Amino acid sequence: MSGGVTSIIILLIILFLFKEGSGLFNNSSIEKGYVLSVNPANPVKTLSPKQVKEIFDENITNWKEVGGNDEEIKTFRFEEIFDLYPDEELDGEILSQRLSDEISKENGIIAFLPERYLLTSFKGKLLESNNVSLSEFFLGKEWFPTVVPAAEFGILPLLLGTLLVSFGAIAIALPFGIAVAIYLAEIADPRIRKFFKPIIELLAGIPSVVYGFFGLVVIVPLIQKIFGLPVGETGLAGSIILAIMALPTIITVAEDAIRTTPRVMKEASLGLGATHWQTIWRVVIPYSISGIMAAVMLGIGRAIGETMAVLMVTGNAAVMPTSLLEPVRTIPATIAAELGEAPVGSSHYQSLFMLGCILFLLTLIISLSVEFISGKKKNNN
Amino acid sequence: MNTDILNIKRKRRSQAITFGLFRVLSYMVILILLVILGFIIYNGAGSISWNFLTGYPEDGMTKGGIFPAIVGTICLIIGSMVFAFPIGIMSGIYINEYAGNNWIVKFIRIMTNNLGAIPSIVFGLFGMALFVNYLGFGDSILAGSLTLGLLVLPVVIRTTEEALKAIPDSFRTGSLALGASKLQTIRHVILPMAFPNIITGLILSVGRVSGETAPILFTAAAYFLPRLPHSIFDQVMALPYHLYVISTSGTNIEASKSIAYGTALVLIVIVLLINILANFLRKYFGNKVKMN
Repeated sequence: MSGGVTSIIILLIILFLFKEGSGLFNNSSIEKGYVLSVNPANPVKTLSPKQVKEIFDENITNWKEVGGNDEEIKTFRFEEIFDLYPDEELDGEILSQRLSDEISKENGIIAFLPERYLLTSFKGKLLESNNVSLSEFFLGKEWFPTVVPAAEFGILPLLLGTLLVSFGAIAIALPFGIAVAIYLAEIADPRIRKFFKPIIELLAGIPSVVYGFFGLVVIVPLIQKIFGLPVGETGLAGSIILAIMALPTIITVAEDAIRTTPRVMKEASLGLGATHWQTIWRVVIPYSISGIMAAVMLGIGRAIGETMAVLMVTGNAAVMPTSLLEPVRTIPATIAAELGEAPVGSSHYQSLFMLGCILFLLTLIISLSVEFISGKKKNNN
Repeated sequence: MNTDILNIKRKRRSQAITFGLFRVLSYMVILILLVILGFIIYNGAGSISWNFLTGYPEDGMTKGGIFPAIVGTICLIIGSMVFAFPIGIMSGIYINEYAGNNWIVKFIRIMTNNLGAIPSIVFGLFGMALFVNYLGFGDSILAGSLTLGLLVLPVVIRTTEEALKAIPDSFRTGSLALGASKLQTIRHVILPMAFPNIITGLILSVGRVSGETAPILFTAAAYFLPRLPHSIFDQVMALPYHLYVISTSGTNIEASKSIAYGTALVLIVIVLLINILANFLRKYFGNKVKMN
């Protein structure tokens, strides 16, 4: 029992994350307790969240564009009824009656109303609400989880932002980390290695929020100045901080891997007249390549899941990332920044748990492949 | 003949350049650490005073101290340790001493590694779903401690396992041959020997807990709460969350800069002390074992 406790916890994590998140796809993207209504004569039956948003942003202004009649669209939000009538004329059922009248009067109207004000005699036609679809979620390019009337839950910008920042970090940390690992394992004498051990441990022990703070007050202004940007909070700032944070993992794991190379192999190579560097390049690295791969994967895993530091330095703009010199937003940062404001059980809340599921799966894939890589190594010996 | 010597010289030179580069990069790691530590110590030292460490936040967190955050962090550390240490150590003992070497152990080990690789924000989500909402603990020390406990559990398990693995089998067989039961062997022979390494690992896991922010965002941490917690069902302020809040979303970020530097310094000092303690114990016990 006590041995299997980690397996049970992982099962519980999967269970609860999916339980909280899966409701998203049975939910409409329209806020709970609200409906969209049109004039009964309007032939349009349903609108996608994207169309609803465009309509209320007044980018779509004619019903013809969404498959209806050639009629100008008139948007109507619930609050506007108070502009049309004085407050005292809107008591109780009269308010509902007025809403109903308003909608049946205007041909091009689309109204966003709280469900509780609808009477059984409501004359408008309710639009069928579409559930959030898988393709909208995974391929959507817009992340507007709190926009009223129809939120959009496209995670593509967040996913790409996460990958961009993580791979930027690995591009910096990988050559750096491997070089240090080779130096410590092969070149430096044992005293220097002993000296480095606590330093690397300490670097790994600094809390991520301190890294974030350091990035915010040092690296962000530096980037802003060097590249002449309007804001320094960019993907690059995130990549640099993440690279520093991933270094200890990469160094430790790669060094351990490099040190497993049998002495005999190295001596044979040196005995044949190879230089030390040739031996490292042609014998040691090929021998320990799977361990080095594991180090890289673990570094990527660390970078993808890192939350606080990234949240503090990347600027958190949920747009499709185009370069490292723009603000980006990652999946963990999105969860950390938004969960506090999402009402429990709402579509927004569920979408954040779905993001958690995706993050969980990403890291699961990474750690299983590390397992696979290092397992393979053992079989070879 | 001549070209051979030239060739060797060329190789030597390129090797020297490469190794030199590697050495420079390695020393840059030290430089990075020194820059980060130095920067925070230099800017934060001025904020540290008795009043800062024992006072309550004032004026929208631009003045005053961080006492509630220190107490909150200590509560969370103790809470998570109470939960993670017994379970983690028992799991480690089971895996190394009892389970043998079959597919179940392999599976458990893979699961432990996986659990260790899960991002801390996912633990935060899970803690919120299970402890805060499902079990109804609310935002509290209890919920935060359990979440943090889960986070360090794999560290504790692995530490224990590694420490036990380092003890030669001859001690086990020797004890068993003298008529001790398996449990007696573990209690009186194996655990005392593995104790130093286990303790070192546990101390490092305390360091991890003290700096984690993401898992407590939605399970325990309070934005501003100028009083001490009364029970384990109370929300608390915590040092890492406090640093995050005042450096990104405080009421007046510029005015609270010095508080932010001070908080960062306190966090760094905690981590430094923990690392020094762990290294000291490692050396101390290491010498002792050798003398025996």
